[in-house]
Amino acid sequence: MKILVCVKQVPDTTEIRIDPVTNTLIRAGVPSILNPFDGFALEVAARIKDQNPGTVITVISMGPEQAKEALRSCLAAGADKAYLITDRAFSGSDTLATSYILSRAIKAVEKETGPFDIIFCGKQAIDGDTAQVGPEIAEHLGYPQVTYAAEVSVEEGVAKVKRETEDGYEILAVQTPAVITVTKTPFELRYPSLRCKMASIRAIIPSLTSADLDIDLNRVGLKGSPTKVKKTFTPQVKKRGVRIKEDTGADSARKLAALLNEAKLI
Amino acid sequence: MDKARYKNIWVYIETQGGKAKNVGLELLGPGRRLAHNMGEKLAAVVIGDGVEEAAQAAAAYGADEVILVEGKEYGYYNSESYAHAMCRLIKKYKPSTVLIGATNNGRDLGPRIACRISTGLTADCTGLDIDTDSGNVAWTRPAFGGNLMATILCPDTRPQMGTVRPGVFKKGSPDKSSKAKIIRESVHTPVRSSRIKLLEVIHETAGEPVKLEDAEIIVSGGRGLGKPENFSLIKELAEVLGGAVGASRAAVDAGWIPHAYQVGQTGKTVGPKLYIACGISGAIQHRAGMSGSDIIVAINKDADAPIFDVADYGVVGDLFEVLPVLISEIRSIKHKD
Repeated sequence: MKILVCVKQVPDTTEIRIDPVTNTLIRAGVPSILNPFDGFALEVAARIKDQNPGTVITVISMGPEQAKEALRSCLAAGADKAYLITDRAFSGSDTLATSYILSRAIKAVEKETGPFDIIFCGKQAIDGDTAQVGPEIAEHLGYPQVTYAAEVSVEEGVAKVKRETEDGYEILAVQTPAVITVTKTPFELRYPSLRCKMASIRAIIPSLTSADLDIDLNRVGLKGSPTKVKKTFTPQVKKRGVRIKEDTGADSARKLAALLNEAKLI
Repeated sequence: MDKARYKNIWVYIETQGGKAKNVGLELLGPGRRLAHNMGEKLAAVVIGDGVEEAAQAAAAYGADEVILVEGKEYGYYNSESYAHAMCRLIKKYKPSTVLIGATNNGRDLGPRIACRISTGLTADCTGLDIDTDSGNVAWTRPAFGGNLMATILCPDTRPQMGTVRPGVFKKGSPDKSSKAKIIRESVHTPVRSSRIKLLEVIHETAGEPVKLEDAEIIVSGGRGLGKPENFSLIKELAEVLGGAVGASRAAVDAGWIPHAYQVGQTGKTVGPKLYIACGISGAIQHRAGMSGSDIIVAINKDADAPIFDVADYGVVGDLFEVLPVLISEIRSIKHKD
């Protein structure tokens, strides 16, 4: 079986702080990490490989040269091949343009690896939080999609997916080739073995640019993006409300109950 | 593209068990406002099998007309048949704007449609306005885990599309005497052509009297509960208040309660009248899911916990001392009534 995992290097948004004076994001010193949902997707792929020896896992990422770090961490955790998709012309791409570029990149990589049975993505990247690139890749490729997957197994060309819903889960069977986006799984991405870690450091990661892809440059970058960012701003923080801290927890509880009753909230 | 040919605001009404989910009915409110400002009509789109009741609800909650597609292949959400039906309708009627609830299914469906039509889609919006300079819809949404807000336009392609977070807009009052026209459209998707089959549905909240996303009062528990058994305190308070039980990601990750109860960035977004957070520190990812609540109560030992930044009533104290007394106090208040 051949599996592709699409990954993104993102700023660790849990480390981002707002400058109280300028009210802007402080991005300096914020570490770049492998998007956590992409890590879960890679682990799901690695578990399929555990069950199906001979499976080859390829990872791709679109981004600057620096994104090779994220690809190396994927190689360390068990991916077999990695490609960076990089071109100045791609910057400023929204989800439609990004998914178009990735779908063309997938076709280009497949010329070397052979066709993929499953294309995994994290359900969303923690910087953009759109959750749109996976389904849009599926549409560009004409493949079926399953989003919010928590567990995946594959048998005879059919992937069985446990998909998260608002009320619990649903179990779906999807014909491969398919795009599957992965939510938080009960397990973390595995630690690299020493052998994989060493190999990942030495690995040569090829870069593919627009010249390597059969791509319409009118559909990429800012020009190829139907959505435009008009402005960004930091959210307003609500003013601090009433603090209740009596001598004992019981007294605080009584005061809270009285206040809630007064405000007709209970 | 001749944008002038695209008119009317559409709200996609997601259904469950034949009924309209709240989020679609909520979106008829801002949909009406956009339609009014743009001088266009507000239409609801309902797809399903036996969803007449959902169509009636959309009419009662303010749609000028309801486009209804029914068929066996739409009995349960399937990205293939639903995207096929929506794209056919969009090509025929050419709406200027399409609003979809940002549920799991809405965020599965939206990008599939937007990509097929080659238009822009803004994800998980929390604000909808009109950009006065251009007349486009201004879609406002959180990014960077809620640390930054961005306002997005889709100036050149139509329809302009967005998924909108549930619980952000409040549902209006139904008008049962609505005379909205229901237009039945026959769009069929051959069942055999679907490459996705539903094998099983697992409900984890089946026994709950109140659904989290519909609840007017929510009591949530987090890491501060210490162990799963202590959720009984949360359940008891929720019961006394007639509310629903929620949880933070930490409690779900610890395996104390199923994911379906999770409130936050990777769980549900809720907007109840009263939200009581117990032993929840209030990471921005949790706040993203509940800061739209009318009144927020936080109970936490740590006076510096970020949850207090969004709380209207912040109790600094040990929840094991506070909750039992709070439960009995509320019980006696309710008893008096």
